[in-house]
Amino acid sequence: MSATPEPYVGPTTTSPVTHHILSVLVENKAGVLARIAGLFARRGFNIYSLAVAPAEGHARFSRITIVVDAETTPLEQIVGQLDKLVNVVAITDLAPRDAIERELLLATVPLTDENRSAVLDAVASAGASIVDVDARAVTIMLAGTPAGCDHFERRLESFVDVELHRTGRVALSRLGTKKN
Amino acid sequence: MELTGAQALIKSLEQQGVDVIFGLPGGAILPVYDPLIDSTIRHILVRHEQGAGHMAEGYALATGRPGVAMVTSGPGATNIVTPIANAHMDSTPLVVITGQVASGSIGTDAFQECDITGITSGITKHNFLVSSAAELPRVIAAAFHLATTGRPGPVLVDVPKDIAQSTMEWWWPSTIEELDLPGYRPSSPIDESAVENAVALLATAERPVLYVGGGTLKARATAELLAFAERTGIPVVTTLMARGAFPDSHPQHLGMPGMHGFYAAVAAMQRSDLLISLGARFDDRVTGRLDGFAPDAKVIHIDIDRAEINKVRRADVALVGDVREMLTALDAAGAMPGSLDAWWRQIHEWQRDFPLTYDEPSTDGPLRPQAVIEAIARTAAPGTIVASGVGQHQMWAAQHWKYEEPGTWINSGGAGTMGFGVPAAIGAKVGRPDRTVWTIDGDGCFQMTAQELVTARAEGIPIKVAILNNAYLGMVRQWQEMFYDERYSEVYLSPDLPDYVKWAEAMGCVGLRATTLDEVDAVIAEANAINDVPVVIDFRTDAAEKVFPMVPSGASNDDILVHPRQRGGRA
Repeated sequence: MSATPEPYVGPTTTSPVTHHILSVLVENKAGVLARIAGLFARRGFNIYSLAVAPAEGHARFSRITIVVDAETTPLEQIVGQLDKLVNVVAITDLAPRDAIERELLLATVPLTDENRSAVLDAVASAGASIVDVDARAVTIMLAGTPAGCDHFERRLESFVDVELHRTGRVALSRLGTKKN
Repeated sequence: MELTGAQALIKSLEQQGVDVIFGLPGGAILPVYDPLIDSTIRHILVRHEQGAGHMAEGYALATGRPGVAMVTSGPGATNIVTPIANAHMDSTPLVVITGQVASGSIGTDAFQECDITGITSGITKHNFLVSSAAELPRVIAAAFHLATTGRPGPVLVDVPKDIAQSTMEWWWPSTIEELDLPGYRPSSPIDESAVENAVALLATAERPVLYVGGGTLKARATAELLAFAERTGIPVVTTLMARGAFPDSHPQHLGMPGMHGFYAAVAAMQRSDLLISLGARFDDRVTGRLDGFAPDAKVIHIDIDRAEINKVRRADVALVGDVREMLTALDAAGAMPGSLDAWWRQIHEWQRDFPLTYDEPSTDGPLRPQAVIEAIARTAAPGTIVASGVGQHQMWAAQHWKYEEPGTWINSGGAGTMGFGVPAAIGAKVGRPDRTVWTIDGDGCFQMTAQELVTARAEGIPIKVAILNNAYLGMVRQWQEMFYDERYSEVYLSPDLPDYVKWAEAMGCVGLRATTLDEVDAVIAEANAINDVPVVIDFRTDAAEKVFPMVPSGASNDDILVHPRQRGGRA
C-alpha cells in the first residue's frame, strides 16, 4: 500500500452495532481458511467480513480478521468453537469501542463529460485518492472506517457501471485499552 | 535407518502401542499393506469399511484406548465417514488412516480420488494430509495425541500413495513440542474461585442431582464419582453415554434420564434446584423442550470442552477441566449439600409410583423384547459387555440391563447410527477377549452391517447377537403409531425375509431362533455354551411393544408419558 496520508476516514461508529472483531492468529497451512469458513457455516455463525494476510514477521502464521455477528450467537460460543480448531493459535476479541478498524475500497467509475466533475467532487469530499486514470474511467481508492467506506459506496451508487471491491476490515486495539 | 513412508507409518503405529488395525486394502493404500505383513500389529480384514470404523469405535469404548482403522482412498474413505461422524458425536478416540492418490494427481479427479480431509473437516477433531514421508512419525504421534487428550475424538490421516512409497530417515518425536501443535491446549489450570463458588452453591442446595455424562467415562472418573456421590449422598443419573459410569445396583442411582429415561431420573432433574453436570452436554434427548427443562435448577457445569459451557444451558458455575480432577478438587474443598432427607423421600415416592415396567409376557404370543433382554442378563457372566444398534432395542437395552462398570455398554448416542451394534461388538471383543460380548440388535439394524459376522467368524471373534425381530423399523413405527394416527409408512420389514438363522449359518455362525417364552431360556443357554464361533439368535418379538417412559419430541420433560398401566393413578 502506498504511503497515502490518512485523510478524513468517516465516522468511527460502524454498523452493525452488535458486531465483534476477532483477530485470529492461525498456522499458515493448507486448508485453514476452509476449516474456519466451514466451522462458521455448520454452526450457523454469521461472518460480516473476513480479511487474511501473513502475520507480522512470520512465515508460519497468518492473521485472519473476522467480523462476526454477536447478536444471533453469543460471542463466547463463537470464540469457544473457533479455539477448538487445532490450527488456531490465538484469538483476540476486539469490542468495536476498543478497536481501530479500517478497510480499503477500490472503485472504477466510467467517466463522461456529464459526470466528470461530480466524480472528482465525490473523491475530494471523501478524502479518497485517484490511483489510475485514462480517457474513459478513473480508479479510486479509499482507506477508511467501514462506515466511511459504506458512505462512499452509497455515494458512488449514483454513477453508472461502477465496479467496486472492498477488502473487509482489519483492526487493532485502540491505544490505552486492555486486550482480551 | 532409511525407511519407506509405508514402513515409517507402520513403525509409528507400533511406537504408539497399537495392537490391532481394522481395515480393508485398496489401490492407494497398497504400499502400506506390504510392511504390515512383517509387523506385530494384528490386522482384521473387514467386509465393508463402515465395519472397520465401528469396530475401532467398539474397541475404543470397551478398552479406553484409541481405535485404529485403515482404508483406501475414494469410496474406501467415504465408506468410513459414518463411523467418523459417529465417533465425533460421542467423543470416541479414533485414528483413521486413509490412502490418497499420488500427490501430483490430487485435484485432477484421478481414479478413486476424493477430498477426504475436506469431507471430514467438520466431523473430525482434526485431520492431516501428509505432505512428505519425513513428517509421518510426527503426524501419527500428533494424531494419537489429539485423539486421546482433552475432549477425545476421531483424527484422520490422509496418506498419498507416492509418499508411502518414498523414503525417509527414521526418527520419532520425543516431546510434545516436536508434535508442532502450537494452537492445541487441551487442558487449563483449575479455577479455584469457581471451585469455591461451586462449593457455596452446593451448600445451599436442597434438591441436587449429579447429572453424569460420557465425559465421566472418558476421564476415567468413575471411582471418584462413586466416592463423591457416597460422601455427599446426592442422587445420580447416568445418560445414555454414561451407562456403566455408576453402578445400576447402587441405591443412589436413579437410572437414565431423557426421552426414554426412568421416571424418577427425569422427574428429579425437572424438580432439581442444582444440577451438577459431569461431562454431559445438555443434549436435546436429555433436556426435552429446553425452556421447560429443570426450570428451578442452578447449574454447575463441569466439562473439559470450554465450548460446551453456556452452549445450551446457562451455567451458574463453570468448571473447565477433566471430570476426575474437578471431582477431586470439589472433594478437597469439602463440597457438601445440606440435608437431603426430604429430597430422597420425594424421589423414593417417584420410584415407588413409577418403576420401569412392561406388560407381563404371555406364554404363547410373541415375545416381550424387555423380557428377552432380562433373560439374557440373568445368565450373563459378570462383566459382560453389551453393544447395541439404534432404536427401540437400544433403549430397552439401556433400560433393562444392569450396568455395573465402565466399558460394558457400547452404543451410538449422538449420531444414532443404525447398524452400529454388530461391528462395534466385534471391536469390543477384540479389545476385551476375556469378556462375553452380546449385541442387542434390531432386525433393521442387523441388516445394515451383518456381513461383518463373516469377519468375526474368519478372525475367530465369537460374539453373540440377539436380534429382537419385530419385523419393523420399530422406533419409527412407534412414532407413526403415537404421532401419525397409526399411518405406517415404509416401516414393515417382514420377520422371515431374510431368514436370519440361515443367514447366520451361511456366514459360518450358529443360528438359533426363539418364538415362544419357553424357548427363550433354552436358546440363550445354547448360545452361552458356544465360545468358538459367533451366535445369532432370532427372537420373534411383539411389534406392538413400545418404549416407555417417553417424552414426545419437542415436549417438556414434565409431559413424560409413563407406561399406559401407570397412567390411571397419575395426578
